[in-house]
Amino acid sequence: MKAFSKLAWAALALLGAFCLGTVALRRGEQINALWIVVAAVSIYLVAYRYYALFIANRVMGLDPSRATPAVLNNDGLDYVPTNKHVLYGHHFAAIAGAGPLVGPVLAAQMGYLPGLLWLVVGVVLAGAVQDFMVLFISTRRNGRSLGDLVREEMGQVPGTIALFGAFLIMIIILAVLAMVVVKALAESPWGMFTVIATMPIAIFMGVYMRYIRPGRIGEISVVGLVLLLASIWFGGQVAAHPTWGPAFTFTATQITWMLIGYGFIASVLPVWLLLAPRDYLSTFLKIGTIVALAIGIFIVMPELRMPALTQFAASGDGPVWKGGMFPFLFITIACGAVSGFHALISSGTTPKLLANEGHMRYIGYGGMLMESFVAIMALVAASIIDPGVYFAMNSPAAVIGADTASAAAPISQQWGFTIPPQDLEATAAAIGEPTILHRAGGAPTLAVGIAQILHQAIPTGSNAMMAFWYHFAILFEALFILTAVDAGTRSGRFMLQDLLGNFVPALRRTDSWTANIIATGGCVALWGYLLYSGVVDPFGGIQTLWPLFGISNQMLAGIALMLGTVVLFKMKRDRYAWVTALPAAWLLICTTWAGLIKIFDGNPAQGFLAQARKYQAGIDAGQIIAPAKTAGQMEQVVHNAYLNTGLTVLFLLVVFSILVYSVKAILAARASTGRTDRETPYVPLTAEQQAAQANL
Amino acid sequence: MGTALVPLQHFATHRRVWRRLVQTARLCCGIPDYDNYVRHMLEKHPEQEPMDYKTFFRERQEARYGGRSGFRCC
Repeated sequence: MKAFSKLAWAALALLGAFCLGTVALRRGEQINALWIVVAAVSIYLVAYRYYALFIANRVMGLDPSRATPAVLNNDGLDYVPTNKHVLYGHHFAAIAGAGPLVGPVLAAQMGYLPGLLWLVVGVVLAGAVQDFMVLFISTRRNGRSLGDLVREEMGQVPGTIALFGAFLIMIIILAVLAMVVVKALAESPWGMFTVIATMPIAIFMGVYMRYIRPGRIGEISVVGLVLLLASIWFGGQVAAHPTWGPAFTFTATQITWMLIGYGFIASVLPVWLLLAPRDYLSTFLKIGTIVALAIGIFIVMPELRMPALTQFAASGDGPVWKGGMFPFLFITIACGAVSGFHALISSGTTPKLLANEGHMRYIGYGGMLMESFVAIMALVAASIIDPGVYFAMNSPAAVIGADTASAAAPISQQWGFTIPPQDLEATAAAIGEPTILHRAGGAPTLAVGIAQILHQAIPTGSNAMMAFWYHFAILFEALFILTAVDAGTRSGRFMLQDLLGNFVPALRRTDSWTANIIATGGCVALWGYLLYSGVVDPFGGIQTLWPLFGISNQMLAGIALMLGTVVLFKMKRDRYAWVTALPAAWLLICTTWAGLIKIFDGNPAQGFLAQARKYQAGIDAGQIIAPAKTAGQMEQVVHNAYLNTGLTVLFLLVVFSILVYSVKAILAARASTGRTDRETPYVPLTAEQQAAQANL
Repeated sequence: MGTALVPLQHFATHRRVWRRLVQTARLCCGIPDYDNYVRHMLEKHPEQEPMDYKTFFRERQEARYGGRSGFRCC
């Protein structure tokens, strides 16, 4: 039996290698998307079976007889021993969001191969290891949060620095996510109408769940979902209407102001009214869409039309984002390969629900593998659409011009992705939008890919369904991004109150309306300022904000992995410390290198300082340099360049100070003869508790 | 199959799977299993009155979104 099992695993490994070889070696012909999916899934399974088991048994020394915080503090509320499949669902829903969907779409400008390789290798050796490790550390410390863990294992100062870093990262994330929404909704009355319609729907659900039939999530979510689908259909009618269509058409700047106002109001409203019900909708919609997409890919089995490698992989001069494969590919795809934000989830609710240490591998490592699979599907969705359409959607106006005729020329002739202008117009008409040009940000491109897959998977014979699915996909992304904006502003408010409370103690009082309004306003002002600067940026904003987001997210992952390394040394598991030390080193190298290039590179298209100098020289000489059209925009470019420099420097400082403290902690741990980690003492599961676990 | 008796549990499987799915969906929204909470209170804290479902639901909603956690992104 055992030999047979070994044989089966070897066969699976061979299958993965064969698929990957096919993906990598077949050049000049289109291959089927299933090659990618099967290659990724086989590698995930083999990594889960062998590498994750090695980490669980040798590196961590997991002990199924040890009582977890959920068992010890069981209160039926926060600490609940939970069935492992149920907890897996919860953990996955908490970590999966917009990130793994957007990054791979942007990375597709280099072709699908680099993104695929980084997603698979990154998740197996770095991302899943990080989630697993943080879950382990937190579970053995009563479910403490990442900030607390850093403080406990490394000291007070690095703990505060890590908290400050997390706050900065959250501001960047809110700005960049809001930017994705702005880019998707600008000049799109259909999208705008459906997104606005979600608010009354959510409020209706909230009131229903609070007063009419309290806590009946299931029935009202079904009603909400039906209303949502109806609003997508109705949005099409509204957009086509001669008066209502223009009434729901807004420019990017207008939507920015609306979002800023929305963020402020939504985060001071009671949670049950808008935030919670919309979060329920977005969670169910998210899981449903991911499952539908997976099924759709298997039914349709689409061909990948994007080449495996485009010329931008070598030149680093792509229109979607600038920079060579190293280090920028590893920054662009953050979530899906490795995401620092998961460290906050793995040290948040999940360790308080974990019934047994034996489940940790499945939830920590396995959950992240599933997220990587979602990213693979996003990569597939971006690669099955016509590359000409892909580049028309994602290139800024500065590169391809403002209309379809001017856009088709460079894409077809210079870059070699032949696309006639009428095809671009036909695509726009098919999805019910006035234009598809310069819709950077990933969401619209992904929506076109999802719409193509779902449209083919469910043949209705009607072309109108393509537009429906496109707006469904846009809504699905906008919905959980808005929820993230609103929930993030709330958490940001508490973090800001904590930080400011160090100077003005009165601001720490969370029950005070003045303190509440000041902190919320401060938080909204910070991300709103970044968002506005990005939206009015003539370069398109995503080009500069997304790398900042990637750098910050990877740095948080670096901090989490450094914490893991410190803990392994403190546990006297020195010989296994490479498991976290290697990915930590890789992330530090990538982010530092990317940060330094972003700041100091002499090419104005890439380096912030060079860009600032170039445009400042232009201002001094009284010239206007494209893509800026006015002197005001020239000032804006210079201002944004300095702003981004400042943020990058802050990130570098945060991560290097944590590195210094980590090295100090490791040296101290090596000098000591015994274990110095702060694990909670071992408590065995009682016979009664073990019996209860069998029934979970 | 043949003449072997179908075990009684056989008929409970689909219910259990459905129950797990409902529990997962609710936990994704931050609402742990209410029955499990009541059972816990009755067994471990018989002197305390368990919250009714309405109070339980509100308390959990507030704990998820009102506090410091609740931010999810990617």
